[in-house]
Amino acid sequence: MWSLNKISDNIHHWLNQQFSPTWALIFEMVIAGICVISLFAMLGLILVLMERKVSAWMQIRLGPNRVGPKGIFQSLADTVKLLVKEGMTPDGADKLLFNLAPFIAMIVAMLLMAPIAFAKDFQLWDLNIGVLYVSAVSSIMVISILMAGWASNNKYSLMGAMRSGAQIVSYELSAGLSILTIVVLTGSLKISDIINAQADGWWIFKGHIPVIIAFVIFIIAVTAETNRAPFDLAEAESELTAGFHTEYSGMKFALFFLAEYVNVFIVCAIGATLFLGGWMPLHIGHWQAFNHVMDYVPSSIWFFGKTFFLIFLIMWFRWTFPRLRIDQLLNLEWKYLLPISMFNILLATAVAILGWHF
Amino acid sequence: MYRNTDIINEGSQSPSFGEAGDLVINVGPQHPATHGVLHLVITLNGETIKKVEPHLGYIHRSIEKMCESLTYRQFIYVTSRMDYLSSHINNHACALCVEKGMQIEVPERAQVIRVLMDELTRIASHELWWGAMAMDIGAFTPFFHAFRERETINEIMEDTCGARLTMNYMVPGGVMADIHPEFQKKVKGFITLFKSKVDEYAELLTGNIIFKNRMKDVGVLSKEDAISFGCTGPVARGSGVSCDIRKWYPYEIYDKLDFEEIIETAGDSLARYMVRLREMKQSVRIIEQLIDNIPEGDFQAKTKAVLKLPKGEFYSRVETARGEFGVYIVSEGATTPYRIKFRSPGFSNLSALDHMARGSKLGDLVAMMGTLDLVIPDIDR
Repeated sequence: MWSLNKISDNIHHWLNQQFSPTWALIFEMVIAGICVISLFAMLGLILVLMERKVSAWMQIRLGPNRVGPKGIFQSLADTVKLLVKEGMTPDGADKLLFNLAPFIAMIVAMLLMAPIAFAKDFQLWDLNIGVLYVSAVSSIMVISILMAGWASNNKYSLMGAMRSGAQIVSYELSAGLSILTIVVLTGSLKISDIINAQADGWWIFKGHIPVIIAFVIFIIAVTAETNRAPFDLAEAESELTAGFHTEYSGMKFALFFLAEYVNVFIVCAIGATLFLGGWMPLHIGHWQAFNHVMDYVPSSIWFFGKTFFLIFLIMWFRWTFPRLRIDQLLNLEWKYLLPISMFNILLATAVAILGWHF
Repeated sequence: MYRNTDIINEGSQSPSFGEAGDLVINVGPQHPATHGVLHLVITLNGETIKKVEPHLGYIHRSIEKMCESLTYRQFIYVTSRMDYLSSHINNHACALCVEKGMQIEVPERAQVIRVLMDELTRIASHELWWGAMAMDIGAFTPFFHAFRERETINEIMEDTCGARLTMNYMVPGGVMADIHPEFQKKVKGFITLFKSKVDEYAELLTGNIIFKNRMKDVGVLSKEDAISFGCTGPVARGSGVSCDIRKWYPYEIYDKLDFEEIIETAGDSLARYMVRLREMKQSVRIIEQLIDNIPEGDFQAKTKAVLKLPKGEFYSRVETARGEFGVYIVSEGATTPYRIKFRSPGFSNLSALDHMARGSKLGDLVAMMGTLDLVIPDIDR
């Protein structure tokens, strides 16, 4: 069967035959880095187009349809436009922080690519604290937003950044606790262990009620953490014009934009990995024939299919819900989601200890 | 321009800049939530609003002064540019005032056509408001759904009077031209479409828990305050004030029609929202009563070529989509008015904003502005 890990293995063998192991490792790192950057750019282009098409579909419009067949090159044209635009720094801004902030947003998004398993045995870095690494690194995102908001010397930006700070820090708790539910059930933080534990059924199916609750909370929390509607208070167009990136233009704005979409992809990939089995095909109990048919679908298709399903879900939220108010947003987290998550993790622990899951 | 190099305002004595530690931000004149060139200077304490100061005049075109040099036939067209979302109704008020002065008897057919046009305009205006308000509170999709239905009305308007936005159809003595042959069929088609879609609105927005939380108990305006600020229209009716001009001072054939005056008592944004949604249904009810019963006859009364109002003062008022619109003409017996004054609903409704907004969050301000249904050229004139 054609698969990504065979290609990577072949490259690995060929490089080791041609060069010394040290040089082979260096070349492999360079190749991996180039792959991540191109994936980053591709994801940005695809997700922006997808968002525009999904929103058009929900809003009885056609969406972009001029550049290329069915408008598929629209985001490419937009990128060119953003690249050639002047990247202005406002008068009175903190120049260093202002110019640094978009890059931090981008670096965070790139770092988060490392532990994601894109297909069977196809992962950049299967580190033993995988899930913890994801939660830890994604927290750095808030720093870039706060930096952007403060350095812009704009009151709208500052308010957007402050809102975003409060929001991301709060919702990380719920996101972390719902991730912990799976960690409790699996007994490992390693991404590959979590996926392998779902070989006979995804956690959403075999984890009973605690996992379903955790999944719902996870989706809500990551929507808030990535500043997507209905939790897009940091940008809140009608209140704060564009929130923390009001003053950004050209490529600096594009980096924030790109980082937002890649973050959406990453949180959905994590969600798919934890709850929907990552690249694991859909297996149902003892239906041997069915399971074999499912095994023929490449693992990368499974992974991207699940991830894009979750992305579609998050886009669906954005185009149907009104925005929350800041106090309602924090109430939702601290008064509802956090107590429920805390209780849920106890429930999950009981399920794990008593072995009630399938 | 306000240069904001010192982000926190430290102890300025100017009354408009508040106390030390307050954050003063300028919402507008170019801001997505103001839907025009309204400029609000907002004093904030964190996210909480301490004061809202509307600065007007960015789109002041001195229409009242302009009207003084136009004849009684001409000045009506300028009024379409004030409240551009209910231009028919503005024209209607002006035509009524001139007719009052000249004592012109309007044929019954013209009266029915005028009422039909008014109610179609009201629905179109409320549709746009519904979409724009939803956009203010962060839901983008309703805008397009509202515009889908509004488009049908625009087509009817285009057939009948040739324009889609600044319509000019009402003239002293009746309407400018007879209705389009397809008019009745198209209006019936619209009513069928609208009735099937109005429940979709409720599904998409009204029943949403986030929407209810954003609207309920936000921007509460008590009945007494609504009266003292001079609020009219859906804003006052949301606070429990019965003020529908169509009921209290019926003009044309409104006294013969069967419709309800919608009144909600809560006075919050949700009440104002519900008033407008229910008003659309009442407008449909009025159209249904009239569309099959347009009497035969002239669409315009025979008038003199040059209109000269007798010396005196004349006032007429109508219910626009936003509230009471009054036209006050002082005539010296010439072909042009000596002085003209428009009482626009938007101006009075805006004046209540500061009172409503104090103590609420910044996010609530857009919800309040949305439910006040502000049309900036109507405020500034």
